[in-house]
Amino acid sequence: MANERDFETLVLPHLHAAFNLARWLVRDDHVAEDIVQDACLKAYRYFGSLREGDPRPWLMGIVRNNCYTWLEEERLIPGRVELDDELIDTLSAPEHGQGMDPGAILDRERTRKAVDDAIRALTPPFREVVVLRELEGLSYAEIAQIASIPIGTVMSRLSRARAELKGTLALFWRNK
Amino acid sequence: MNEENDDELSHLIRAHATRHRASPALEAAVRTEIALQSASMRRPVSASPWRWPIWRFGGVGFACGIIVGAVVMLVAGQPRDAGNLEGELTGSHVRALMANHLTDIASSDQHTVKPWFQGKLDYSPPVQDLGMQGFPLVGGRLDYLSGRAVAALVYRRHDHLINVFVWPDSGDGQTTLGGHQGYNVLHWRGGGMQYWAVSDVNAAELQTLGRLLR
Repeated sequence: MANERDFETLVLPHLHAAFNLARWLVRDDHVAEDIVQDACLKAYRYFGSLREGDPRPWLMGIVRNNCYTWLEEERLIPGRVELDDELIDTLSAPEHGQGMDPGAILDRERTRKAVDDAIRALTPPFREVVVLRELEGLSYAEIAQIASIPIGTVMSRLSRARAELKGTLALFWRNK
Repeated sequence: MNEENDDELSHLIRAHATRHRASPALEAAVRTEIALQSASMRRPVSASPWRWPIWRFGGVGFACGIIVGAVVMLVAGQPRDAGNLEGELTGSHVRALMANHLTDIASSDQHTVKPWFQGKLDYSPPVQDLGMQGFPLVGGRLDYLSGRAVAALVYRRHDHLINVFVWPDSGDGQTTLGGHQGYNVLHWRGGGMQYWAVSDVNAAELQTLGRLLR
């Protein structure tokens, strides 16, 4: 039987990582929250099956599966949810940068938007390896576990995703 | 595409891409559900006439329902009769989910669900499958409200369930949106029936269902 305290110390610290993955995959705050909450309950119910394994890729694998189920339903019945990414982009306030000049803040904000847009333009299988590798700093083995694919596939997807991103974001280092 | 470029790309992404963080509300909701789930697991089976189906119906709103329901059931010992119809409807919605008695007839086929009510009610409720519009029909159930047997139709929206209670009424009028204990309650009259839709789904989506059914 699942032990609540163990679950809280082992699994809940990875809530931010789980949410980040879900939010990048489904691109909607509310849907991502629903998905993560449901995944945590599933994880709690099957906590016993984790045994000595690593809780982070395990939880994120459950989150990822929920996301793909949702994406599949979304493909069959499109337009169920208005994706709010665009809205957020137009509304997002400039970052607080005390002492930074306004030009630098704007520059930073533009870079953020360009990088976000480029990652968002990738299809989910490529987007997820980029998010897991670059933003969550996971190993190839962990990513392979989360996405249920061989390590070789992780590497080839990552390399294709990087090639695509270098194309979209070329501007950012050619100017240096 | 050399290694050096890879490093620069990594640096660019790590420095600038958005890292989405779970809100404190999400974390609180998860902790609450875990605590409730844990409490229910410790209860002896014989003392627990109902099961917790919450893992099947994830959702922040549903958590609210469970908390409300759990407080009512654990503290009062049994579901409390609310003094008004909205309370009664919400209670019925929550009990249907908690008691794992959502449908008497589980089918997404309106031609299976509608005839099922024959002989059980003295009227025939309109039944439509709205799966194409994103509200698949889950099934139907016989319920008892305000001293009469009524039809409850169950629709699904993502992970949220919606109970639509229908009974005869001669009036016709505006759709009104209300709420009870965190649930949205939508009411309208038309076509010789009155309708009450209850769910933890957001108000806009509930109103979409209302428009589709009108």
